[in-house]
Amino acid sequence: MSDDRPAPPTVPIDRPPEEAAKRLGHFRPRLLLHEDHDLCPGCGEPVAIRILLDAIEELGCAESAIGVIGIGCYTAFTSTLDVDLVQALHGRAPSVATGAKRMRPDCLLFTLQGDGDMVNEGLQEVLHTAARGEAVTCVLLNNGVFGETGGHMTATTTLGQRTKNSLEGRDAAYHGHPIRIGDLIAPLGGTAYAARGSVHDAASVVKTKAMLRRAFEAQLEGRGFSFVEILTMCPTGWFVPTAEGPDYLENVLRPVHFTGELKNAERCVTTEQLLEENAAAEREAAARGARQPAR
Amino acid sequence: MTAELLEGSLAIARAALLADCRFFAGYPMTPFTELLEHMAEALPTEGGVCINAESELEAVGMAWGALATGARAATGSTGQGLALMQESLSEITRAELPLVVFHMARGQFDYTQATRGGGHGDYRHLVLAPSDVQEAVELTQLAFHLADHWRNPVQIYGDFFLAHTYESVELAPLDLPALPEKEWAVDGRLGGSGRSRNLNPLGMEKGAKGIEPERFWVRLQEKHDRMAETEMRHEAFACEDAELVIVAFGSLARFARSVVQELRAEGVRVGLFRPISLWPFPAPALSEAASGARRVAVLEQNGGQMIDDVRLAVLGRAPVEAIGGISSDDAGFGVGDLYAPAEIRRRVEAALAARGGVQ
Repeated sequence: MSDDRPAPPTVPIDRPPEEAAKRLGHFRPRLLLHEDHDLCPGCGEPVAIRILLDAIEELGCAESAIGVIGIGCYTAFTSTLDVDLVQALHGRAPSVATGAKRMRPDCLLFTLQGDGDMVNEGLQEVLHTAARGEAVTCVLLNNGVFGETGGHMTATTTLGQRTKNSLEGRDAAYHGHPIRIGDLIAPLGGTAYAARGSVHDAASVVKTKAMLRRAFEAQLEGRGFSFVEILTMCPTGWFVPTAEGPDYLENVLRPVHFTGELKNAERCVTTEQLLEENAAAEREAAARGARQPAR
Repeated sequence: MTAELLEGSLAIARAALLADCRFFAGYPMTPFTELLEHMAEALPTEGGVCINAESELEAVGMAWGALATGARAATGSTGQGLALMQESLSEITRAELPLVVFHMARGQFDYTQATRGGGHGDYRHLVLAPSDVQEAVELTQLAFHLADHWRNPVQIYGDFFLAHTYESVELAPLDLPALPEKEWAVDGRLGGSGRSRNLNPLGMEKGAKGIEPERFWVRLQEKHDRMAETEMRHEAFACEDAELVIVAFGSLARFARSVVQELRAEGVRVGLFRPISLWPFPAPALSEAASGARRVAVLEQNGGQMIDDVRLAVLGRAPVEAIGGISSDDAGFGVGDLYAPAEIRRRVEAALAARGGVQ
């Protein structure tokens, strides 16, 4: 923190506050019709949806956005998000968005899919859409399981992760390896921007929202395909207590699907390189005696 | 308007442009390929878009997105490719999007697929089967109109002959009634207004909590019932006093017609009933055409698919027998001997001779 920033207000703790605590603002995004949803406690999707809607609003695209929603827990969002929406099938959202964007090039086209939707069933569609350089933004909410069906293994489930159909943990020899979808998308010629973020803590939420903005900007500037993967919590599908969702994400999903920018205008890296860079930064910080960098 | 000599595929592509088709996506498969080629050549020069999709699944998905924006859009394939599209075709129907599907079949093996579909849930497509290129030009324009009118997919069931035959055609625009504005189409403008749109095959409405599947289902079912009542099309040729009514559709019906003309010239009382809409099947008209016949012979190039619809139409008032079958050329695309008038005549005469022949 630089020294010229104002000091935060101090809160007296020796007496009761003179005014009762109150909400300073209303936190419902303008592009949400109502806050009711049927998602489980601890689910990361409402936060991901919120930053998505806020990014659209901040970029001035509220009245030019068209979303294509995939199948999964958030099919219900088609009735609650106040933007024009098309409900697509498993895996089809990037193709549907392609057709819509070609007919309405002035609209901001985004897709919203889960890992079962995009990486299992729709792998080839998202890859081809990226390779074609379609000016659409595909958003993947990756919780590593089929959430809606109740916690089954997907193509992104990490090795050792226990799911309803990998009860003893995903075993590479038996179940195969997880796919790091961002690493497949980033190097393609049509991809302008690719990033993997998370919503398991406040710092990650802020970073991920910036990723969404950069992805949309890439589309608005006509630079090609953009992609943001957002790691989200699914304590129900992971069979962990609600409060442990963020830690489980940090300790199980994030070491494999490590967060960071995989491609922007200047550079394209793999998740392995992000992991190495992060480890090097941590070693450097440790050598300086600094505390561990915030995740 | 002057006649032009055009390949069927090119004539259909030109008819689609005449109908203001702005988007086409497809994946090559014989005999659909040439239609895709012509669309890829013509659409961009007309300000439209044709995408050579990476699979049939993607082609139908892309058309879905284009339709959602209110554009006239189409896709197509042959039976094998359409089998891959079935899931999306049923969802697009439930989302009430006006897709036109060019089903350039290899023969008539896909009658059941076209008229019943292989997708999930209750859904219906209008299916139009032209028997020559001129009719294909007209039915293609009608297909785009009916798709918009009903907000429902319409299939053109063509075949190898229709796609590849050169015929003299007139590309005249059809005079069709005006259609309402597509107020349902997404354009992003209503975002944040509380009135944004939701094109949803689940019947889910904006702002609603939960879904009401039954109300949605009943509404769609009633629409399909109205389609079934009002969109039947057929041609009855020399059926008035026919002892034997031949039922055939598509290209095969053309060959059957020449045999009927030949036999009529010889004084044999045969007629041809040709369903133009395969769904809805023109059952009342067939029932009428067959009312005085001693026998109904179904000529179709498959193991007996349309015969089910013919039996339902005739309802036992006359014996219904199959005189078609599997027939293919060396390339396996299903042209074969069945399309030779001499072979058709042989089968018709066998039907006439059965049970003592026609009196």
